[in-house]
Amino acid sequence: MADLGRAALVTSFLLLLYALVGGSLAAWKGRRRLAESAQNALLGSFAATVVATAVLLGALARHDFSFQYVADHTSRELPLGYTLTAFWGGQEGSLLLWLLVLSGYSVAAVLTSRRVDREVLAWVVPTLALVGTFFSLLLVFVASPFATQAAVADGAGLNPSLQNPYMAIHPPMLYLGYVGLTVPFAFAMGALLARRTDERWIVATRRWTLAAWAFLGIGQLLGAHWAYVEIGWGGFYAWDPVENAALMPWLAATAFLHSVMIQEKRGMLKVWNVLLVVLAFGLSLFGTFLTRSGIIQSIHSFTQSSIGPWFLGFICLITAGSLTLIFARLPLLRAKTRLESLVSREATFLYNNLLLVALALTILWGVVYPILSQAVTGQAATVSKPYYNFFLHTFGIPLLLLMGIGPLVAWRRASLRALGRTFLWPLAAAVIAGAALLAAGAGSSRIGVIAYTFSVFVLASIVLEFARGTAARKALGGLGWAGAFSSLIARNRRRYGGYVVHASVVLLAIGITGASAYQTVRESRLKPGQSMTVAGDRLIFRGFQSRMESNHRAIRALVDVYRGDKYLGRYRPGKNQYFAEDQVSNEVSIRHDLLTGGDLFLIADQVNSDGSVDLKALQKPLVNLLWLAGFVFVGGALIALWPDAREERRLAERYAGAAVRA
Amino acid sequence: MSAALVVGAVLAVACVALVALPFMREPQPQDDALSRPDELEQRRLALSEERDRALAALKELEFDHRTGKVSDDDYRELVGPLRRRAAETLRALDVRATAHG
Repeated sequence: MADLGRAALVTSFLLLLYALVGGSLAAWKGRRRLAESAQNALLGSFAATVVATAVLLGALARHDFSFQYVADHTSRELPLGYTLTAFWGGQEGSLLLWLLVLSGYSVAAVLTSRRVDREVLAWVVPTLALVGTFFSLLLVFVASPFATQAAVADGAGLNPSLQNPYMAIHPPMLYLGYVGLTVPFAFAMGALLARRTDERWIVATRRWTLAAWAFLGIGQLLGAHWAYVEIGWGGFYAWDPVENAALMPWLAATAFLHSVMIQEKRGMLKVWNVLLVVLAFGLSLFGTFLTRSGIIQSIHSFTQSSIGPWFLGFICLITAGSLTLIFARLPLLRAKTRLESLVSREATFLYNNLLLVALALTILWGVVYPILSQAVTGQAATVSKPYYNFFLHTFGIPLLLLMGIGPLVAWRRASLRALGRTFLWPLAAAVIAGAALLAAGAGSSRIGVIAYTFSVFVLASIVLEFARGTAARKALGGLGWAGAFSSLIARNRRRYGGYVVHASVVLLAIGITGASAYQTVRESRLKPGQSMTVAGDRLIFRGFQSRMESNHRAIRALVDVYRGDKYLGRYRPGKNQYFAEDQVSNEVSIRHDLLTGGDLFLIADQVNSDGSVDLKALQKPLVNLLWLAGFVFVGGALIALWPDAREERRLAERYAGAAVRA
Repeated sequence: MSAALVVGAVLAVACVALVALPFMREPQPQDDALSRPDELEQRRLALSEERDRALAALKELEFDHRTGKVSDDDYRELVGPLRRRAAETLRALDVRATAHG
C-alpha cells in the first residue's frame, strides 16, 4: 500500500505543478480552456491527496510497522483513537495534513468564487497551486510519510503529551486556520496580477478569511486548554515560540478583518489591506517553519528535521514576490478618499490595526531574536516572559480599551457632545467597577485593576450598543423588543457577531488576569496524613494509588480538599509512566468551582521513595472564564459567518452582468 | 498489492481525463479567450461599488443619528454630501444603463 500512497502523492505533485505552470500560462496569454484545465488539475490534486491520506490512515489503523512513520509514532498498545491522531503527530503526517487541507480549501474556494471575474480566477489557481506544489514537493522528495522498512515487532509509540483527547481536535483546527489564510492571499495576489483592484476579491474571500481566523482562534484556545490539563505546569500559555507562531498570524488576520471594513465602507487602505494579507499568510508559513524545522527549542517541536532551509527559501520567495507585486501595482491601489477625522470609527480601526500589528511584530522579534543571535554570535539568547508580558500590557491594554471606544464612535467624525452622551454609561460603569475593585482589595495588582476596569467599560459599551440598536429598530415600528433585537442582528451580522467576539475577548482578558495577576501558589512536601493550605482551602495527603493501563502505569497521590469543615472532595494528581515511549508525564488534578469561575490546580511534582509527595497547589480565580470565552467566540464567529440573504441579493445585483467564473 | 495498483491506475487515468476534459469537450472552440471586462463594464462595476458605499454610508449615518452617536448638527452637515454622492452615482448608472439598452 505504501506504493499507492507514494503514487498518489506524485500524482498530486504533478497535477499541482501543471496547475502552476499551465495556469500561469493560461492567465498570462488569456487562454480559457487551459485555465479550465488548470482548475481541474486542482480538483484532481485534492482527490489524489485524499487517496494518500486514506493510505496513511489505513496503515496507522492496521499497525503496519513496515511504514517507517507508523513505527516511529505509534505502538501496538496505543489506543486506536491516538493511533489515528498520530497522523498529525509527526512531521511527514502533518505536512500531508497541510496539503490535504490546502487542496480541499483550494477546490472549495475556486468552485464557490462566482463573484470573481475569470481573469482574476485564472491567476488565483496558479497562486494556490504554487503553495500546494511546495508542500507536495516536500512530501515527495524530502519528507515522505510512505518510507518503508522491514516491519518491526512494535513501534516507538507516541509522545505522551500527544496522548490527550485534545490531540484529535487542536492540531486540525490550527491547520484549518493556518492553511485557510492561503485563500485570501491567493485571491489578493490574483486580483493584483490581473490588475483588478476593485472589491471583488474581498467579497469572494470574506467568509474564507473569517472562517480561517475563527479556526485559528479556536485552535489556540483548545491548545491553551490542552496545555492547562496535560502539560502539567499550571499555566495555559507559556510564550513558547510555537504558541507565538499561531498567535502572530491570528493578530495579523484580526487587523485585516477590521481594516478591510474601512476599504469596503470608505474605499481606503487598499495597500495596507494587501500588506496585511501577505503578513498573515507569511506568518502562517513561518509558524509551520518554526514547528517543523527543529530550529527552536519548544515543547511543540516533536521532530527535528532538514526541511528548514526549504521553508525559509519558500517564505523568502513568497514575501519578495508579493511585495514586488504590491509595489508594481501601487498606482492602482491609491485611495480616492481620506480620513476625515482622528475621532471617528475608521480612526479607531486604524489605531487598533497599528496596535495589533505592533504586537504581532514585537512577538515576531521575540521569536526570531534567539535564532538570529545564535546564527550571528554563536550564543543562544533567550527572550522570556517579562519581554512578552511588557508588550502585551503596552499594546494589549490599549487594544482592550479601543474595543470599548470603537463601537461608541460614529463613522466619519464624532462631536464632543455626541461622545459625551454615548460614553456616559460605560464610563460610569467602569469608574464604579474600578472603585469597587480597589475597595475589595484588588489593588495588589495595578495591571489587574486596569484590565478589569477596562473590561467593564467594554462590556458596558457592547450591552449599550445592543440596547440602543434594538431601541432604534423598535422605534421604526411594527416590531416588539425580541423582534427588534433579532432584526438588528440579522440586518448586520458582521457587526453584531463582531461585538459578541469582542465580549469573548473581554472574558478572555478577565480569565487571564485572574489566573495570572491574582493567582496563589503553594508548594510543600507532604507525608501521608500531613496537610497544607492554599487560599483558604486545606489539602490533606492520604497516600498513593497505583494501577496498570494498556500502555502505561498510573501513580496517583490521593488529596482530600476541605474549605473550613466542608469536605470538597478527593483529587488525584500524579504521574503516568509510559512503557514503549520510556517517558513519564505529569497528570494534574483540577477542582473547578463553577460558582466563582476559579480552579484549584494540583500537581504532584515529585513522587518520593519514602512515600511523600512534593505537592504544588495553585488557586486560579476566574480562570474558567477563559474557556467560556471559547464558546462565546464560536457563537460570535457563527453569527458573523451566517449567510445574509439581503446582502447576497445586493451583491448579486451589483455584479450582475459581470463575467462569472470560467 | 493488485488492489493498490488498480486504485493507483484508476486515479491516474481519472486525473488525466479531468485535466484533458476542457480540450476534449471543445477540440475546436470558436473562442478560446478568457473574457476580460471591457472599460465600460469596469466603469459600471466601479460605479456600483461607489453607489453601494454611498447608500451604506447614508444608512450608517441614519442609524448612528438614531442611536445618539451623531448629533443633530453633525447629521445635518453630513447627510447632504452623502445624499448628493449617492444621487450622482445612481444617475451615472442610470445614464449608462439607458445608453446601453
